[in-house]
Amino acid sequence: MPPDTPEFRWLMSSDVCKHCTHAGCLDVCPTGALFRTEFGTVVVQADVCNGCGTCVAGCPFGVVERRTDGTAAPKTKRGERKGEQPEVPNLGVAQKCTLCYDRLLDDQTPACAKTCPTTSIKFGDHDDMVALAKERVAALHAQGRTEARLYGANELDGVGGTGSVFLLLDEPEVYGLPPDPRVPTADLPRMFTRAGLAAAGMAAAAVLSFLGGRR
Amino acid sequence: MTASEYDSVRPPEPAGRRRRGGRGGPPEGVNGARPGGADGAREAAMVPEAQFTSYYGRPVVKPAPWGHDVAAYLFLGGVAGGSAVLAAGAQLTGQAALRRNGRLGALGAVSLGAVFLVRDLGRPERFLNMLRVIKLTSPMSLGSWILTAFSAGASVAAAAEVDRMTGGRLPLGPLRSVLRFVEGPAGLEAAAFGPLLAVYTAVLLADTSTPTWNDARDELPFVFVSSASLAAAGLAMVATPVAEAAPARRLAVLGVTGDLVATQVMHRRMDPVVAETLHDGRAGTMLRLSEALAVAGGIGTLLGGRRRGVAAASGLALLAASALTRFGIFEAGIHSAKDPRYTIEPQKRRLAARRAAGVTDDSITTAG
Repeated sequence: MPPDTPEFRWLMSSDVCKHCTHAGCLDVCPTGALFRTEFGTVVVQADVCNGCGTCVAGCPFGVVERRTDGTAAPKTKRGERKGEQPEVPNLGVAQKCTLCYDRLLDDQTPACAKTCPTTSIKFGDHDDMVALAKERVAALHAQGRTEARLYGANELDGVGGTGSVFLLLDEPEVYGLPPDPRVPTADLPRMFTRAGLAAAGMAAAAVLSFLGGRR
Repeated sequence: MTASEYDSVRPPEPAGRRRRGGRGGPPEGVNGARPGGADGAREAAMVPEAQFTSYYGRPVVKPAPWGHDVAAYLFLGGVAGGSAVLAAGAQLTGQAALRRNGRLGALGAVSLGAVFLVRDLGRPERFLNMLRVIKLTSPMSLGSWILTAFSAGASVAAAAEVDRMTGGRLPLGPLRSVLRFVEGPAGLEAAAFGPLLAVYTAVLLADTSTPTWNDARDELPFVFVSSASLAAAGLAMVATPVAEAAPARRLAVLGVTGDLVATQVMHRRMDPVVAETLHDGRAGTMLRLSEALAVAGGIGTLLGGRRRGVAAASGLALLAASALTRFGIFEAGIHSAKDPRYTIEPQKRRLAARRAAGVTDDSITTAG
């Protein structure tokens, strides 16, 4: 299909980690391998992670993945392919975008923002970026492109706002983003209460079973 | 075209600038070629209203990278927790065979389960990293500590049983008197952690973005403790002479009752779209079979539990029912994460419900 027809359009989006304020992956990590950096980003320590995979399910955006080979979703495991294979670092541990933690430490911008030729991916202080994004949306609205909207700029949302804010031209799900993400740990106190009730119920059932005597 | 509700409040489009014509249409390509719209200069004749959109059907959330090892652990952890509770009851009421079988069952199940858990790790050699920290927001962390504490008590209690069964042949030396002294407290300690071991896996599953598990969060703990109770009772009924198995029979019936009720409540309260994953496909088959086996095992226990053969058959049915429950719920969750529908539809519905209720400030999407 030719471009710029009703059947065809380009929707561009970076698939960066959202670096949530309330990060589901970080909350459920049992080893402490996932941590919040001094830049407010969420990063896996590959030498601590034991590959339990809880963070993969914990992420409301499907960002984290457990890597068993050199690519994010391999078809084969180490040693299953023929021929000489290059050494793959950090096998079997959780992998996610670090917002280039190593580059940030060296006062560099993340590689995605650095290499983007149209500067569509921007990096900077969160408040500045959100202000810029709001200006851009207002400009687009003024041009009649009222479908423009921001994603992740609201700190009252289910993940407390995201570190990566997106300007979308359609519903989030069209981009593969969840329309109403909610960090699962937000309900954890209630889950613990229910689990406590259930455990008490199991103990009570056992007591009842023995109180009934030996017949 | 976008399906946004903001579409209705858009200003009229400027004449001569066919923005929507040039940019419209979902990227799925489901609309196909429409007559009259191909050159972008004329309005398409028909625009099918998209009820549900996604990015080429790609999943939004990722399924946990867990194999059936983890599903097997859900079952074995339950059997272990329930067995330790039964053993402690037998310990306190002086029923030696039930106590012995409970303790051995607890250690056997928890050991096998731990092997499955470690095997499922991406880096099994780092399993001890689970005990680096105690993290209240991580059910996996708390569960690792529960598993450790449980295993400590269960090991000592089971070691005492093995020593007795072998006529004091374990090479314990002067430690034998220590073992005799601590086996009672150890059995009670394991029993204290038993229900926690049985229930924490429910929170582990529920505290994820996996639609089925997360949506079942209110009932899953009750399903899991019921399933653990009936499975441990089933194991005791298989292994223990009927004369000592009366508490196990009662626990089995209570477990089956709890399992049936909690499962029903869960199915009814869940989002109807998400609940499909519990009814359809292989998971649905397993869960239906599980229910049938639980009912059969419960009836067998009630009517013929005092006959050795019937008790053993009922016990096996209950064990199978529990395993099928865990595998069914496990598979339903994995399936729900792989299909974007189960993530997107309930989220759109709950967002719309909040808006309808007047809550308009908590959407992740903002107009600017």
